[in-house]
Amino acid sequence: MATLAKPNLPRFDVEIFQNEFLADGAREVNAIVTVTATGGGTSGGRPLGITDAGSQGADAAAAVVILVDCSGSMDYPKTKINGAREATAAAIDALRDGTAFAVVAGTHEAREIYPGDGTLATASATTRGHAKEALRRLTAAGGTAMGTWLAKADKLFLTRRDIAIRHAVLLTDGNNEHESAADLERAIERVTGHFTADCRGVGTDWKIDELRKISSALLGTVDIVAEPSGLAEDFRSMMAGAMGKQVADVALRIWTPANAAVKFVKQVAPAVEDLTDRRAEAGPRAGDYPTGSWGDESRDYHVCVEVPAASIGNEMLAARISLVLPPQVGGGTPEVLSQGLVKAVWTDDLASSTRISPQVAHYTGQAELASSIQEGLEAHRAGDVDAATAKLGAAVRIAHATGNEGTYKLLQKVVDVVDPKEGTVRFRKNVSEADSMTLETRSTKTVRVKK
Amino acid sequence: MPQQTVCPSCSEPMDPEDAFCGACGAGRNGRPAPGAMPASWTATQSEATPSQHGPLCAHCGLPQVTSDGYCEACGGAQPRPRDHMEKSLAGVAGVSDRGVRHHRNEDSFTVAATSLPGGEPVVVAVVCDGVSSSDRPDQASETAVDAASESLLTALEAGREPTAAMRQAVADAAQAVADLAQEGPGPTRPDVNAPACTFVSAIASGGRITIGWVGDTRAYWIPDDRAGAEPFRLTQDDSWAARMVEAGLMGEAEAYADPRAHAITGWLGADAEEVVPHTLDFTPHVPGVLLICTDGLWNYAEAATDLAYFVRPDARTEPLAAAQTLVKFAVAAGGHDNITVAVLPIDPPAAGAEEEDARTATALDLPVITLPGTRAGTGTGSGAAGTGVAGTGVAGTGVEGTGVEEDEDYEPTLPDLPVIGSPAAPLPPAAPPPAPPAPPAPPAPPAPPAAPTVPPQPPHPPTA
Repeated sequence: MATLAKPNLPRFDVEIFQNEFLADGAREVNAIVTVTATGGGTSGGRPLGITDAGSQGADAAAAVVILVDCSGSMDYPKTKINGAREATAAAIDALRDGTAFAVVAGTHEAREIYPGDGTLATASATTRGHAKEALRRLTAAGGTAMGTWLAKADKLFLTRRDIAIRHAVLLTDGNNEHESAADLERAIERVTGHFTADCRGVGTDWKIDELRKISSALLGTVDIVAEPSGLAEDFRSMMAGAMGKQVADVALRIWTPANAAVKFVKQVAPAVEDLTDRRAEAGPRAGDYPTGSWGDESRDYHVCVEVPAASIGNEMLAARISLVLPPQVGGGTPEVLSQGLVKAVWTDDLASSTRISPQVAHYTGQAELASSIQEGLEAHRAGDVDAATAKLGAAVRIAHATGNEGTYKLLQKVVDVVDPKEGTVRFRKNVSEADSMTLETRSTKTVRVKK
Repeated sequence: MPQQTVCPSCSEPMDPEDAFCGACGAGRNGRPAPGAMPASWTATQSEATPSQHGPLCAHCGLPQVTSDGYCEACGGAQPRPRDHMEKSLAGVAGVSDRGVRHHRNEDSFTVAATSLPGGEPVVVAVVCDGVSSSDRPDQASETAVDAASESLLTALEAGREPTAAMRQAVADAAQAVADLAQEGPGPTRPDVNAPACTFVSAIASGGRITIGWVGDTRAYWIPDDRAGAEPFRLTQDDSWAARMVEAGLMGEAEAYADPRAHAITGWLGADAEEVVPHTLDFTPHVPGVLLICTDGLWNYAEAATDLAYFVRPDARTEPLAAAQTLVKFAVAAGGHDNITVAVLPIDPPAAGAEEEDARTATALDLPVITLPGTRAGTGTGSGAAGTGVAGTGVAGTGVEGTGVEEDEDYEPTLPDLPVIGSPAAPLPPAAPPPAPPAPPAPPAPPAPPAAPTVPPQPPHPPTA
């Protein structure tokens, strides 16, 4: 199904998993959309659609800005700021030659550490060396205002509009104290769509909600690095992921027929991410949902559409799902990379209409798993141990049944599992803050359907 | 000088005395000139130009149908070629329709004509019904039809005996459908839900009919003159109900009222235990048509006499129209299943036989079913006789087991036939109707059991 525009670019495949049979009067159509990008791995990350081919075009395929928290708290303990320096150095080492990059120290304001002239440096042995030397200037003193950091990153990226793949890494150890929540929200809104961002919290004094807000809006990941010593490894792998991206600004376009409505669109693998509110209208009855940039990877989306009811024996196209690239600079129409069809067929055969697609069931469970964990920990913080136990018990049951071992292990650090099948659990005594935060941060991680 | 006016249509100046424009022919008041092209013509032309929008949606009427067969406005699936199919040749026609309640047509059929090595024309028709609960039933039926028709044509052209050709065709179709299980998309489990279909086929040549079937697709004989000769069903379903009746375990009414009644016990597919092809060979004495059809049709008119009511009187000369009418009837009756019917006009054998036929036009033709090895004599034989129209003329040309071993089902001496002496055949000769043309009738059974006391039955399998 994939349509290929150019060689040496990833090829997108769309697969739809659903039970298209609906009982008389039923209107809700659920489908899991698996999008797989393959190939193009050795293209050096040349982005799609760019009228590059110029001298620098092939190499300057990605731009990276590293935002390092340098608030005063990073000095307590000292390992944090040291770990941040080491991690940033590791990230710089992982930059491919030609990558445009910058390092910013974030406090209540944003300070450019390297190159320091308001632009992005181009990675080479020399610039990497200079950059690492400049890291000595990463010293902890000041407050925390992440909105200003994001604004700075945005400004730096704007100096290289020719680069499609723009990625920021944000590291913090505390909450956003020197800026109102509304300010941060506005800052996020302003930069949304300009670049993607992965967020990392070191230690346990930062707020998951804050970082998740940023990473969700900027289509990146959020994770906890409880021990500063783990930062370097984490940064290295994060950077490897960023270097692997080959196409930016890919959107999931969903066309629905007249009188139908998209109830929700969620990314469900590798992690749950609700995209429903991110819709941008794209022509009659179609909307685009951003998915960010893609390397060699596969993601699953759960799409739920409500269609007008039709009589038995009718067949309708409930949604046409395609992956599109927005029109490039100087380009014409959006490029459709691949598409799949979600159908609705009304039948009086109960055996058909009551069948549940295993994929839909699985990811419905994974989404429930994530919300159960979040609600359970929320209840626990609020002191409602009964509700918390029930929620985490449900989470254990789902994690066990669906084989989500990662989440199951994290749950075991918070609760003692009595019966995983029934979801009978007891809260552990003396649960560490790090374990609790790790569970919550990673609650959205899902596993795919067992084949 | 009166004020000069312009044509309301093309703005050409007009003189006051001009009733019509000299340039475009439009009338002063905008009406077209006499003899001008009707407005509708020009309208259709102008509408035809923006036809780059493509065909109109069958559901919402907007011209937004995309190449993959869905409307870009309402999402409605457009009719597919297979939703309604008609095929017509000299001597055979068939129609298939999706019906109302199924979203696709899982029936398939074909009609074909060729000639025997001797030059005599022969027509064949194959109708298959995909088993809905199986995987890819539409593909199963299509595959079976293709395999069977090719096999039949090859064998007949090579001069094979029709019954043997039919058996071979059923075997070939069964193999082709079974092979589907191996090549399907996704994980194939040959034992579970393998593609499957039922089968019925007919060969007609020189007035002789050979049919073969597996499952609950049926063949009916419908004579032109229904007052003088009775229509009847030629096939016996491979279904739960039929088996129950056959085995004497249930009465017909009881068996057919059971929820399991329509579960089929014979089909083509990888998961079929053993494909048992039933074949039947007979030569009718009166002109009529042979229908082969899927249950989408016969569900609405199960009895041959009921079904005959919906067969046009001119079916023999207008087979396509007859098939269309039958399909329309089933759709109007609810169209719960896909509907397929093929109509084969049959004229009695020519020459000497004709004269005889004139005298025995009221004779009912009793077909003889030839049974395959293991099941011979146990089942379908009773089906043939079970049509309850044991008649005065026996035209069986079956090559094996011509019913002799099933005496109780073989009743050539039923009491008075309901109608003798119809307008078409004023009066039969006083003497008992002579034996039909060759081959000669099998020896009459010595003493038919209690049957004579049974009143004439409707053309159903009799209750045990």
